[in-house]
Amino acid sequence: MSIKHSLLVMLQQQQRYGFELREEFERSTGATWPLNIGQVYTTLDRLERDGLVKDMGTDEAGHRYYEITDTGCQEARDWFNTPVAPSTPPRNELAIKLALALSTPGVDTGAVIQTQRLATIQTMQGYVRARREADRENKAEDLSWRFVLESLIYSAEAELKWLDHCEAKMSSMARASRSNAPRETTPSQPPTQAKRTNTATLEETR
Amino acid sequence: MRQILELASVTKTYGSGDTTVAALRDVSFGVEAGEFVAVMGPSGSGKSSLLALAGGLDMASHGEVYIQDTPLSSLGLAELARIRRRAVGYVFQDFNLIPTLTAVENAALPLELEGWKPSKAHRVARNALRQVGIEHLADRFMDQLSGGQQQRVAIARAIIGERSLILADEPTGALDSVTGNGVLEVLRERADAGAAVVMVTHEPRHAAWADRVVFLKDGRIVDQSSVQGDPNSLLVTG
Ligand SMILES: Nc1ncnc2c1ncn2[C@@H]1O[C@H](COP(=O)(O)OP(=O)(O)O)[C@@H](O)[C@H]1O
Ligand SMILES: [Mg+2]
Repeated sequence: MSIKHSLLVMLQQQQRYGFELREEFERSTGATWPLNIGQVYTTLDRLERDGLVKDMGTDEAGHRYYEITDTGCQEARDWFNTPVAPSTPPRNELAIKLALALSTPGVDTGAVIQTQRLATIQTMQGYVRARREADRENKAEDLSWRFVLESLIYSAEAELKWLDHCEAKMSSMARASRSNAPRETTPSQPPTQAKRTNTATLEETR
Repeated sequence: MRQILELASVTKTYGSGDTTVAALRDVSFGVEAGEFVAVMGPSGSGKSSLLALAGGLDMASHGEVYIQDTPLSSLGLAELARIRRRAVGYVFQDFNLIPTLTAVENAALPLELEGWKPSKAHRVARNALRQVGIEHLADRFMDQLSGGQQQRVAIARAIIGERSLILADEPTGALDSVTGNGVLEVLRERADAGAAVVMVTHEPRHAAWADRVVFLKDGRIVDQSSVQGDPNSLLVTG
């Protein structure tokens, strides 16, 4: 998540002070990614150093206001016009866990999948319920919050579909290895060592 | 809350001898009034069989199915048909609509079978069609409707007449995401109004509308999930 660009975009609308920026950010993203006020201040310092915002001084209440510069506006426009880079995939603990489960004898990969599936559908139930609440209240400003929620829903769904896929693949490989089993005794078609290992693991994980 | 549906140690086998298939093995579960349950599981895991038994369309090989505390095995065919008509709204996976009837006539059918005056039944049916967003297609025949539109006629037919148990087999299969959400909204409303709703689906996004998700595998219930706690707290920590 780019705090830098999020702050710039919010400053494009008007001058704001740090605490206000945090509030506005959390309001439009539904507090999905809580922003630490310290992060806001250090980012503002850096933006000022780089000439993207200007410190406008404090008002009588002691709020230090910032204004976006022309360079800052350009930077914000560039951000919207640039796709988010598909950089190195974030470390996906679940994918790592499944990969290790599959190659570790004695681990029931099917059970690992089901445990995750249950947790993820529960999380998704929470998202869908929150979305219905937002729909009921039906405020126009909730559209950004809905988009964030839907992004969470679609990501959770992708994870569940991937889990279904892994499970189906495991069952079909286990089935194939069972129906191939009699042939393993035929000397003309010796199974490779790699395949034999794989088969044993799959049978154990079922 | 009042239990509307109960399956008690239900087993369902098809065929006999070497070709016996066990579609459900010792399945027990109940659905209360006001509860929306989704059933998920791989193809062939017994989802449609479970729904057919729950709706009294087929009988258990072992165990008992209760609808509003009535054991279905105790009923004669006529009584069973009456329960199905009065208490159960069923959305079939392949819609099961009558091609020689219009959308509104199809939707009104359960009420007409109950002896309602056609004019009144049609008025209520039009309202149900409006709920699923196709009131403007009320006078079309089935071959003049798309798959998604027919699916919505089938849903209108199932929700009509305030029936207390609604069973839907993949009711969003032919729908795009926005229309699918509309249908879920309708099922959710029926549950909130006090019906027990059971929906089979393979779409996690749709299952997540339910209060409880039941996972079937090889004819057994392997897990059940429910919504827990305050959804907003889930988000902040998530
Ligand atoms: N009428 C039938 N006769 C024989 N086998 C059946 C019949 N209906 C279902 N089955 C079998 O029972 C199992 C469960 O089927 P079904 O309930 O349709 O699963 P799902 O809806 O989850 O795909 C499958 O193996 C299927 O082949
Ligand atoms: Mg089915």
